[in-house]
Formats: sequence, C-alpha cells, structure tokens
Amino acid sequence: MPWSTRVSVTERGLGLRLVLARLWSRRAARTSLLLIVLLYAVALFAKQLAPYPPATQHDIVALKDRPPSAQHPFGTDFVSRDVLSRMLYGARVSLSVATLAVLLSVTIGLTYGLIAGYFGGRLDEVMMRLLDALLSIPRLLLLMAVLTLWTPAPLSALIILLGVTGWFSVSRLVRAEARSVRQRDFVAAAHALGARPHEIILRHLLPNVLAPVIVAATLGIANVIILEAGLSYLGIGTHEPTASWGSILRDGSDAFGTAWWLMVFPGLAILVTVLAFNTLGDALRDALDPRQLPGASTIPSTAEADIQRTLTPQRG
Amino acid sequence: MAEPLVRLRDLRTYFYGDGPVARAVDGVSFHIDAGETVGLVGESGCGKSVTALSILRLIRPPGRIEPGSELWFEQKNLLDLNEREMRKVRGARIAMVFQEPMTALNPVFTVGEQIAEVVRIHAGASRADAWRRAEEMIQLVGIPSPEQRAHEYPHQLSGGMRQRIVIAMALVMNPALVIADEPTTALDVTIQAQILELLVDLQRRLGTSILLITHDLGVVAETCSRVIVMYGGEIVEEAGVRDLFSSAHHPYTEGLLGAMPRVGERRERLTTIPGTVPPPTAWPSGCRFRDRCRYAWERCETEHPPLYQIGTGHVSRCHLADEPERRNRPHEPSVMQRTTEKTGSGGR
Repeated sequence: MPWSTRVSVTERGLGLRLVLARLWSRRAARTSLLLIVLLYAVALFAKQLAPYPPATQHDIVALKDRPPSAQHPFGTDFVSRDVLSRMLYGARVSLSVATLAVLLSVTIGLTYGLIAGYFGGRLDEVMMRLLDALLSIPRLLLLMAVLTLWTPAPLSALIILLGVTGWFSVSRLVRAEARSVRQRDFVAAAHALGARPHEIILRHLLPNVLAPVIVAATLGIANVIILEAGLSYLGIGTHEPTASWGSILRDGSDAFGTAWWLMVFPGLAILVTVLAFNTLGDALRDALDPRQLPGASTIPSTAEADIQRTLTPQRG
Repeated sequence: MAEPLVRLRDLRTYFYGDGPVARAVDGVSFHIDAGETVGLVGESGCGKSVTALSILRLIRPPGRIEPGSELWFEQKNLLDLNEREMRKVRGARIAMVFQEPMTALNPVFTVGEQIAEVVRIHAGASRADAWRRAEEMIQLVGIPSPEQRAHEYPHQLSGGMRQRIVIAMALVMNPALVIADEPTTALDVTIQAQILELLVDLQRRLGTSILLITHDLGVVAETCSRVIVMYGGEIVEEAGVRDLFSSAHHPYTEGLLGAMPRVGERRERLTTIPGTVPPPTAWPSGCRFRDRCRYAWERCETEHPPLYQIGTGHVSRCHLADEPERRNRPHEPSVMQRTTEKTGSGGR
C-alpha cells in the first residue's frame, strides 16, 4: 500500500523530537514518562526480576500471611506465595491487558470514525446513531454480565472484551476531527489531483487526527487498568493462578485487618500507574497542541492562526 | 476549425438544500482552446468556483450537475466517465491550483513527498523516480536549492514558495488544463506578480491551457487572452481582453472596471456596484442584475436577456445591445429604492 500509515503527526508534523522536548520540559510529564518506561521494563523482565516463580507456595503452614521480611520483601499471601513476585508478574498482566485492549479500541475507533467522517452523509448518520446506541450501554455492567457467564474467561477474551467495549468515545472523537480535516483545502486538493478515497483517508485524514487519539489512548490505558483491577477484584477478571494487581488485592481483602501488605502494595501499584498515565496523557495533550507553547507560532494548525500570521485579506 | 480543448455546454450545477434549489451555475457554455489562458471573473457567489469544481466533477451532495449539461474535454464528455476514469483525468489531464497555499498543503508531509505522491498516483512511478521528478518540479517553479527544499514541511516555507509548490503539484503530470482558483488572492502584492509571471511563463513553456478564476481584473489584464464575466450563475459578458477593457458592454462589467483603481487617473474615490449578488435560490426574473443596474427598465424585469453578439468573439447578456439609446438614461438602481421603501413602510 503506498504511503501507508508509517507516518504520524508525532513523527512528522510536529516532529517526535519537538514533542519529546516539550514533554521533557515539564517535571510531572518527565517523571510519569520515566515511570511508565520503568513499569513496562518491569513487566517485560518480570521473570528475571522476580525472586520466585509467582505461583510457588513456599510453606502453606509456616509462611502463610507473613509480613515483609528479607526473604519476602512484600510478605506472603494466604497460600504462602511471594507477593513481590506476584506483583512483578501482575504488572505484566495488568499492563499488557490494558495496552492491548486500548490498541484494539483505538484501531476499531479509528477505522469507524475515519469512515464516518470521510464519507459523511447518510452513512455517517447511520453510523453515528448506532454509536449513540452503543454508548448507552453501561460498559461495566456489560462486562460483568459477560464475564460472570463466561468463567473462567481466558486472558485473550478479557483483552478482546475490554477492547471492543472501549472504542465508542474514540471513534466519536476521530469522526469529529476527520470531518473538520475533510473540509481543509489539502483534502480538496488531493481529490482534485486524482487521489482515491483510501489514499485520502490514510494519507491526509489519519495523520491529522492522530494527536487527540494518542492522548485518548494514554488516558484510556489508565482507565482500563482500573477496570481490569476492578473486575479481577470481583473475581471475574483474571483467574488463578494468573496474578494481576486486582486479583492480588482480592486475595488480600479477606485478611486486610491482619495482613495490610496484601492490599497496600498492589493498591499503590495501581494508584501510581494510573496517575502516571493520566499525567502523561494531560501533558501529551499540551505537547501535541501546536498553539500551547511559545515558539509554536511557526507551526500552522488552524486557518485562524494562518490568517493572523499572514494578515492576508479575506477570500473575495 | 479544430475542436477546442474544453467545451462546456449548458452546464447547470444545482444544490438541493432544505429550502429552494440553489441554482449556483445555471446554463454556462464556453470553450477554452489548447494553450489559451481564459479569465473567469465575478464577485463571490457568482458561480465561478462551482464552475471550476464542476469541470473536475468534484461537486458533493447535496450539489449535483444537472442532466443535459455537457463537459467536453479532449473529445470526451467528462459526465459520461465513471469515477475511476474521472480520477485518471484529475491531476493528470486537468489540475487545480487552490487559493490558499497555507491550507492546500498537508502539514504533516514534506513538500517533496506531496509532489511525488501525485506522480505515484498517476504514473505508478517508483519512490525514487517520483522523488526525482518532485525535485525537478521544485526547480522548475523557481525555488532555489530544490534538493534541500523538497525535504521541508509546508510551515517552513513562505506563502509565495508554498504557492509555487502547489503549482508544481498541479503541473507535475503535465496536464492539458490547469484551473487556478484565485491563485494570488492570499499573497502579498509583490509575490502576486511573481506567481502570475511564473504561471504565464510555465504556460508558454509547457503549452498548458489555464482557466484563471479571479475577482481581480488587474490579474486578468496581465495574463489572459480572453475573459468571461459571470454574474448570477450565468455568463453575462465574454470578450477578448482588449475589447473588454476598451469597450465593456454589460453594465456589470462596467461596474467591475469602475471599481478598479488605475494609475494616472485622478478620482476622489472608487466607484462601487450597489447591493449584493442575490442568493442563488432566488434569482430575480428577467435580468439577474437588474436591481443593481443603473440602466434597468421594464423590459429587464420581464425578459431574460440572451447573449447578444456585440463584436467578433464579444457577447453580452444585456438588452442595451438591442436598445443602445437607453445607455443615455442612467438612474439610481432600484436596489437603493428598495432599501428606502423598506425603511419607510416599517413592516409588511
């Protein structure tokens, strides 16, 4: 496929370097970016970092619900498993479920929104009404209903379920953005130069709608981490022996009065991760907006800014 | 006589909104010979841009080109082509230069990529060949160090340079016809002259025909051999550029010329044409210009004027051709009277 999706607004339009430089200039953004990189590294190298395998029961009698110690820094749980090891492996599950589910959501949302926004008219109307209907379904209740009926659901099913219930708002965002880009002259110019619809969608619309999608995806990951933790806490997300932060929380909930470490560590992990993704999302929103920072006036974004800059007379 | 490159016959493009039908282009016929530059002039809303988009068949619903219209180009009626065949015409045989060089380029690609894309769409050329062709074009439109400029993004170039890139994109496939829709309106006056010079120069070298859409008669005088004046969705006057400037016939054309500043002429103020273009949903009966015209009489209200022959290649849609003595009896246009009536009566 010619000139496909390899180019994104972050790589080209604004420049990846510029966006990174802008993120780097803010301490909160810098911290959350580093933290997120660290979290993914931990998830990736869980096997190397974990002192024990996650499901090994060390001594069901002597090592049940033990507080943090040198051998077990985060303590042990009700069946004498090492909590630190389970949390490192849990990072892998929680992060990959959230990341893959959001990737799926974004892919569906982009496709749906770009098609509706590009073609417009009747098709757009039908697609948007359908979306309204889908948006009226309470996501959590739907997930709970499906997962309760389908127990134990494999991890891949969990990812797909979270993905296919998460694209509605993305597609609405994409569609609105695509409609406005559709009106820009360079799209008319592409038509006038004989470009085919799929070329216009991929080459002209897609790169120009990516910025808000990147922000939505980052915030979406935080959202799905919470959702997955909630479902696992309810016992219908991940299933034994797979550990996720939510399921570790659930394991600890029965003994919270006596074994605080079972809930505090996974709770903190969720809190910090979600906070990092949300902070990064907000920072990306600013960093990807060409009008936000000084020196940004060299980047054309809206016709309004163009007119201001060039002081050209209005169209006659 | 050889068949002209382009021949429009009774082009009608209507828009079907919620209210009455907007007859934006209402029976336009003209031709463009190979290698010729024709100016299409008129105020905003007179239908000149819709005419241009109609030639490329880029009218989107709720607009449509009415059946019975004919768009002959290179011996084919474009209205008979399917969308696939039409795409092969767009950009390759007929290209368009848009008004706003700021927005006619995609901000996320380098200008070289954007020119190369056109080559790849139409010639199926390899990436390297397309890129080489893009660099050649950048050179051809007079931008220094093309190898370097090709790698730059639109925002790194000045308005004039961007418009040169847009022209390069239009010309890269060596089309037979270039439609330039107000190509200099968004530019500084000094740059305007350069861009016009470039267009004329390229037109001579490549033998391309140009349909130049503008509201600026000064631009027309510098570039075109023939001028078509549009008003109210139809042609009101057509003449060779000299004829038009020396002996404009239609009162609307007179008005346009009067509104143009000239060097060496002492005038207290520029004259204007009173009123505005009526909406395309409600063209007046008879002559569409009548309520802004200082010569209008009863006949103009009832009888739609045909295109009267004024001279060789000079036609005008005005009854004055039939009753020239009326020209000695100018009066205030009725649009003025209409306004006073309205304020005086104070309601229906």
